[in-house]
Amino acid sequence: MEECFEVALTVNGIPRTASVPARRLLSDLLRHDLGLTGTHVGCEHGVCGCCTVLLDGEPVRSCLMFAVTAAGHEITTVEGLAAEDGTPSAVQRAFRECHGLQCGFCTPGFLCTVTALLRETPRPTDDQVLEGISGNLCRCTGYQNIVKSVHRAAELLQEGEG
Amino acid sequence: MKPPPFGYRAPRTLDEALDALAAVPSGKVLAGGQSLIPLLNMRLAAPSHLVDINRVAGLDTVHAGDEGVRVGALARHARVERSPEAAAIQPLLGRALRHVAHPVIRNRGTVVGSLAHADPAGEMPAVLAVLGGTVEAASARGRRTIPAAEFFRGPLESALEPGELAVSAFFPAAPPRTGTAFAETARRHGDYALAGVAAVVTLDEDLRVSAARAGYLGICGVPLVLDLAGAAGPAGDWAAAAAHARDSMDPEPDIHAGAEYRRHLAGVLTERTLSIAAAEALRRAGV
Repeated sequence: MEECFEVALTVNGIPRTASVPARRLLSDLLRHDLGLTGTHVGCEHGVCGCCTVLLDGEPVRSCLMFAVTAAGHEITTVEGLAAEDGTPSAVQRAFRECHGLQCGFCTPGFLCTVTALLRETPRPTDDQVLEGISGNLCRCTGYQNIVKSVHRAAELLQEGEG
Repeated sequence: MKPPPFGYRAPRTLDEALDALAAVPSGKVLAGGQSLIPLLNMRLAAPSHLVDINRVAGLDTVHAGDEGVRVGALARHARVERSPEAAAIQPLLGRALRHVAHPVIRNRGTVVGSLAHADPAGEMPAVLAVLGGTVEAASARGRRTIPAAEFFRGPLESALEPGELAVSAFFPAAPPRTGTAFAETARRHGDYALAGVAAVVTLDEDLRVSAARAGYLGICGVPLVLDLAGAAGPAGDWAAAAAHARDSMDPEPDIHAGAEYRRHLAGVLTERTLSIAAAEALRRAGV
């Protein structure tokens, strides 16, 4: 029987606990142990960016982190981006408005990455957007509408609608 | 695509970490995990134990002094990249860090971890090597300082011994009238480079080239450092230096690029980076 560790962490503002083996990836903790299946798992070796979540506000790959290492930290997943009443965040609304998704598989990762990007760089240039999302792969859109979405989200946040 | 089982320790202090590594000498150190966890997920590595140093106090440090920049084992790439103090003392570090994977990976990955991983296509090993930096290793037996020239032994192989932890790395400051530059060619930005060059040029008081070195990644199994001052001459003939560099290397082919293409890339990047570094050295000399 594999040794298990008690992991206590905050996910989307709610304290959560789970008993998991040390090898449980944070992505699997979120999806399997906590039932938060909004975080998608594509490549599981850090290339595709679908599993990106916010760790203490910073975007990280949840497939490249063990749940035991995340203990004590604050995680925000795509389920935690909207307001408490369910109103989508500025980034979410911009992606909808600009058709920044097609199949939607990569979208949770993009939303988390872009949320942090705009917090740090509120008015990004095209180059900053491309650099910022360079670690997220989308196989549908060709990225044009995703780049538009990022700029639109920046506008929405600027207008104070975020 | 799930990691194999392993024993897990999460020490809180450096002494506890060194004790844990002494108790399980076959154990691997887990810092940022951005290279190690993919290897585990793909089951290319199956260490018996992981010693997770993420909770060890005092390792998350970036000290920039007149002598150089000392980076602790838990300093993330992103933190070092954004440190204005580090950039002022040794700008080459930040220039190369912008080529390490993607921003999200750099939020988690560590500079010292990149060195310990000793990937021949890694940016940090080439930068440490061209600057003549050092790695500080600690174990339950004591501490030692390992020069870059002795640290990289082969692909994914460093001089760290079982039970040793790389606690920090030291990147020496740029001397006066010195410029640096970094460039690499990758299929896609953020991918492993097919070839890359970190260049350092120093001028003397009469603005003649007194030192010109290039550190290469992606060329052979360890970072290759070439002294190109002789080939460039005092006036800085960077095309001649690049020709000399091409003749001095024996690139290894793989599925991504052949040996001749790597040699060609290295030559082009050598001339380009030495020119940029020399221009910066002139600016820093007040010309």
